[in-house]
Formats: sequence, structure tokens, C-alpha cells
Amino acid sequence: MAKNNIIMDIKDFDFTYAGVDDPSLKKINLPIEKNKITAMIGPSGCGKSTLLRAMNRIHDLYPGNTYEGEINLYGSEGEKQNILELKKENDFIKLRQKVGMIFQKPTPFPMSIFDNVAYGLKLAGIKDKVEIEERVKKALKDAAIWKETKDRLNKSALGLSGGQQQRLCIARAVALKPEVLLFDEPTSALDPISTGAIEELIAELKKDVSVVIVTHNMQQASRLSDYTAFMYLGDLIEYDKTENIFLNPSEKLTEDYITGRFG
Amino acid sequence: MNRLLLNKIILILSTLSAVIGIGFLFWILITLSYKGITSLHFSTFTNDLVGGGIRNLLVGQFTMALMASAIAVPLGMMAGIYLREYSNNGKLASVIRNLSDVMMSAPSIVIGVFVFALFVDPFGGYNSWAGIVALAIMMIPIIISTTDNMLALVPKELREAGIALGGSKHKIILQIVIKAAKVGITTGVLLSFARIIGETAPLLFTSANNQFFTMDLTEQFPSLTVSIYNLATYPDAESRELAWAAAFVLTMIVLCINLLGRYMTRNKK
Repeated sequence: MAKNNIIMDIKDFDFTYAGVDDPSLKKINLPIEKNKITAMIGPSGCGKSTLLRAMNRIHDLYPGNTYEGEINLYGSEGEKQNILELKKENDFIKLRQKVGMIFQKPTPFPMSIFDNVAYGLKLAGIKDKVEIEERVKKALKDAAIWKETKDRLNKSALGLSGGQQQRLCIARAVALKPEVLLFDEPTSALDPISTGAIEELIAELKKDVSVVIVTHNMQQASRLSDYTAFMYLGDLIEYDKTENIFLNPSEKLTEDYITGRFG
Repeated sequence: MNRLLLNKIILILSTLSAVIGIGFLFWILITLSYKGITSLHFSTFTNDLVGGGIRNLLVGQFTMALMASAIAVPLGMMAGIYLREYSNNGKLASVIRNLSDVMMSAPSIVIGVFVFALFVDPFGGYNSWAGIVALAIMMIPIIISTTDNMLALVPKELREAGIALGGSKHKIILQIVIKAAKVGITTGVLLSFARIIGETAPLLFTSANNQFFTMDLTEQFPSLTVSIYNLATYPDAESRELAWAAAFVLTMIVLCINLLGRYMTRNKK
């Protein structure tokens, strides 16, 4: 694979939670392709969320976790940065502006719809009101929630439905023009219709960003993703094009999992 | 014994107990209202204690409670934020939490004695600052525990979402987490205010009382609760009537603040 197709490259990555002896992730090697959707599947406790949460180093919110190996983030000019070497809070902030995250439960802030999206922009140091307004509007449109919210931008975001809140959270992340978006089971708290809307939105988003999605739902992984990584007990068992994983897996374990024999 | 019969007996006994308990509350409220309202006159609110009114007492009581809040709310909130957001629930945090809980149940007269030794004796006499400090000491643990508990109700995903959006920890705490816990913390502040505004023991020998109107915090300070305590022991009917009136006014104030606090929490849901 040519290097310039890769936005993030995980190399020999070990992760150990604070106060635990054994690593939760062992020697993970995983490339994340640019403008593609990479799905991570596996049974509960396999480490897929742990890996996802290493990619924007949100683990650092809690002290004592240890990383080994490399996670390289490639810039537009091909320059690489090992995000595991970051130490200063300012560098973390810059990283998280480039690598956004959407959580399992919608997490609207207790403020208006407009302010929810504008908040990240203000954190990024943008002060120009006109620019903020335009970017909020564009983000809401990109997240396919503009029609529902344009008449109630100043109302509290807590009044939106679960699916709308989740799209608002996506809008909030998209507004920062990130390079990578990490989705941690973004639809597992939503009804089927909202799930469909979010999936369409994610498929649409890959024009502009690279997407990594953790999901328990194998249909979702097969519908949505270009690449799939199957993880089990802290190991990356298999990584390939999604169609290969689902139609012709090379590992017995992968086959057993996707055919529902365990997990 | 028949279990249906046993069920009935338990039902009757517990209902009776509830009625007795609530009965006393209403008895107190009715007596207080009756005696209080009949003793209330317009002049009660316009005259100072020296002229048979409670104007200076109300102002004094509120001044001290508000000043105490001005000290206790920021201190207590910051301590609560430390406990919930920065301490990582380590040993120090659990020591502080336990001490704060012990403080909350410390007898208020003990706090009064402590402040007397610290702020009254060395300064040569009763003064309002001592009363303010005593009230603040009573208030701080309540605010700590409210802040701590209300912040605990804010889901950790909200903090993570803020961090994931490129926020620094202190900004997320101040701009999002506190906002999410705002109603709960405000209610806690109101309830603790209602608690200290009705306190007598911490004021009894710290700020004591004053018959005249004053805003000088270095002097003895007029207090509604201490006045009720004093007036009720006087032999003349006028003093005792004024005590009833003052007690009624105090109860209404505490009741209103409590109701306001409850109304705020209900509105949130």
C-alpha cells in the first residue's frame, strides 16, 4: 500500500490500563486509509474501543495508563507525527481538533444548538462572529440536521431527539474540519430510523474525512465500511477489505465470529 | 396469626405514626401562625428592636447569612470541584470527604465556641465578623457535599466529549460540567442558606445581638434568631408577642427559600 493513502498508521502498539499488569492491547498493527471507513469489530472486551480511544489520546484524561509503540498521524504534505510522543496539553488540544470523536450516547452540551456547534470553534480560538456563524451553518448542513434546527438554533440542544442529538454531535465534530473522525458505537443507543440516518451521514462524510468506527453490529460494519479489522482479546486477528472479511475471511476465528458462533 | 390481620395492624400502626408525626408539624405551624400573625403589626417591620420591631434584626440576619454565603459558596464549590474532578478519588479525597461529613454533623454550639475562642476573645468582644465566620463554617461542608454529589451526576461522557472537541480540562469543568450541574448546585446553595439563616447557637456568643440598627461589622450585630431566644425569656407580654412575630417571620422566610429550592429541582425534570 502506498504511504500517501494512509492517514494514520498504528505500529506495534501496546496499551495497558492503570493498575493492571497485562496489556489490554498487544502489538497492534493497523493502517487507517484516507477517506475510507474502517470498521473495528469484535466481542465485548476485545479492545476495539480502547484502541479507538488511543487515537485521540482521550485515555489521558485518566492518569496512569501506558502506551508503547507508535501511532503516526500523517499531515497533508505527508509529514508524520507520532501522537504517542505528545506531552503538552496544547499538543493534545491540537490533536483532538484533527481527530474528532463521537460517542455511544449522544453528548449535547447544556446550551443552545448553535452554541453546541460554536463551542468547539471558540475553543479552537476562532473569534470572528461571521466566520463562526458560517461554519456552524455549514456543519449543521453537512450533518444533515440543518432543516430540523434552522428555526430553533437558540433553543436548548437537550430538547432534540436522541438521533438529532447524535447528528448535532457529529456537526460539532465536523465544524472543526477534522482529518479523522472516530465513532464509538454511535448508533447503539438509537432507534433503527435514526441509525439509518446516521449511517447515511457517515457514508457521506468520508468525502472529506477518514472514518474509524467501532461497532457491535456486524451488518453495520458490512454495509458501511471499506475496511474491517477484527479484534479478539486484545489482539488484531485480521484486517482486510470489508468484503474479504465477510465473504472470505482467512482466519478461522474471524469466520466463527461473523457467522455468530461466538461473541 | 392471620397474615391479612397482621397486614392491617401494621398498616394502622404506620398510618397512625405518620399522622402523629405530621400532626406535630401542623400543630407548631398553626400555633406559630396564630400567635405570630396576631402579634404582627406594620410597625413590626418599620421599627428596630429598641422600638419594639424587627427591622434591624431582619437586615442583620440577612447581612450575616449573605456574607457567610459569600465566603462559603466559593470555598465549598472549589473544594467540591477538587474532590470530584481533580482528586482522582485518592486517599486524600476520601479523608476530606469524611472530615467534611463529620463537620456537617458537628453541633452548631461547638462551632460557636470555637469561633468565640478564635475571633471574639482575642478581639476584645462580640463582633459581626465572628458570627459570619461561624455561619460560613456551618455552610462550607454542606456546599462541598452538594457540589461533589451534583458533579458526580454529570455523565463522564460529557467531560470526554468536551475534551475530544479540543477543550482543556479546566475549561470543560467551568463551561460545561458546572453548567450541567447548575440547577442541583444552586438548589444546594439555597437549602444551605435556609439552614444557616435560622441558626442561633453559632451567633449566640459570636455576634450576639444589637437593639439598634447597624451595618458596622466590627460591632455586636442585630440578629433575628438570637432576639427570639432573648425575647421569649422576658417576663413582659410585649416582648413575648414580638418573639412570636419574629418566629413567624423567620419560619416563613425559611419555608419560602426551601420551596424555591424544591421548585427549581422539579422544574429541571
